[in-house]
Amino acid sequence: MTTRGFTGRRPGADAALRLPPGQHETDDFPVLSLGPAPVIDMANWRFTLRHGARPLASWNWEQFLALPRSTWRGDIHCVTTWSKFDTVWEGVMFDDLLAAAGIAAPTGFLLAQSHDEYDTNIPVADLTGGQAMVATHFGGAPLAPEHGGPARLLVPHLYFWKSAKWLRGLKFTERDEAGFWELRGYHMRGDPWREQRYTDDD
Amino acid sequence: MNDAGAAGWRQAVITRIEQRTARMRSYFLQAPLARHVAGQHLDVRLTAPDGYQARRSYSIASAPGVAEIELAIEWLDDGEVSGFFHDVAQPGDTIEVRGPLGGHFVWHAAQPGAVLLVAGGSGVVPLVSIARDWARAGTPDSMQLLHSARTWESLAYRHELQVVAATRPGFDYIATVTRGTAEPGAARYGRRIDGAMLEEVLARGPALPDVCYVCGANGFVDTAAQLLVAAGIAPRAIRTERYGG
Repeated sequence: MTTRGFTGRRPGADAALRLPPGQHETDDFPVLSLGPAPVIDMANWRFTLRHGARPLASWNWEQFLALPRSTWRGDIHCVTTWSKFDTVWEGVMFDDLLAAAGIAAPTGFLLAQSHDEYDTNIPVADLTGGQAMVATHFGGAPLAPEHGGPARLLVPHLYFWKSAKWLRGLKFTERDEAGFWELRGYHMRGDPWREQRYTDDD
Repeated sequence: MNDAGAAGWRQAVITRIEQRTARMRSYFLQAPLARHVAGQHLDVRLTAPDGYQARRSYSIASAPGVAEIELAIEWLDDGEVSGFFHDVAQPGDTIEVRGPLGGHFVWHAAQPGAVLLVAGGSGVVPLVSIARDWARAGTPDSMQLLHSARTWESLAYRHELQVVAATRPGFDYIATVTRGTAEPGAARYGRRIDGAMLEEVLARGPALPDVCYVCGANGFVDTAAQLLVAAGIAPRAIRTERYGG
């Protein structure tokens, strides 16, 4: 359906190729969260891998920073329709976390768990092979609290609500269990190129 | 999620347009959508003749159950979609909408407890829906709305909210303006929201709020949410919605 009088402001050729359907580019870095940034005591910060209730591996902040580090540069896409190009993140790849724990993923799904009771579900297949990291730095500086610092998940090929802020652990689950926004109408996977925004999108 | 699927785009006819402030207009829509919950939003999609599309999310200002859905849209300086609404859209035009959407920043009339609403600028829009729903529902618990805007004239919905405050016991409307002059005796503050202001607002209520809704630009929401935490509100009682980008 054509909208009378709407001509639009098309992105340049390069941006058009990089923008998933329904997205527009922003220079800003908008924030999406369900409440205030939690106050996190770094002396007691721990990051834990779990299989259900059972801990598999755990690191304090010092130990976490000593894990192998990687840098990722690229575009991120928020379900609220903004995309931001050429962001630079530094942290620990999911593959390196599993290697450091000396395990293979015990199930095909997990829930990313946050300090503010937020969680989000992601298939393990979307995290392995250099696709995802636990980021501690953005743009060369420690991750600011409003952007999920001290550590957040980064799964840049999915809508950004999957990149859970204020991460405290990853919990492997037997089934694909809906997380916070997924229980409130958002898609179980969230591939921006397939425009998987809401529950009943394909 | 009320039929929000890929097939969930619906045609909505703009029935009337109302100027709210110098930069904000309300667009009233007739659309075959499910009843919304106060605080939810719609996605809007515009299509150019060559198929190019743009979409944005806009909060719903109307109370649930009214005949026309009201979207209050602020004009942004280089806004692709807000520019269309302010420069082109007319009553009788058809746009595409999807929703209602959002399952967290919502208030139900059946939800017990005192409520504090904190708005920065156009962040008042979903809070107006909540305030209107509260006024319609006759809920026994109190509701306060603290609205910060640049000037007295840019406090959208000020008249309506003042009337609710004057006529409905339990509703409190507090305005603060960061620039310009407040109307004497009307706007209660002439500065940015700070800790002292929030303490005074909280002290005006009959009880500490059980839930707070904060909506506005990123920086405003960060500041207000942290001030609420500092004032003793539990973080999990604070729901935020941010505009930006």
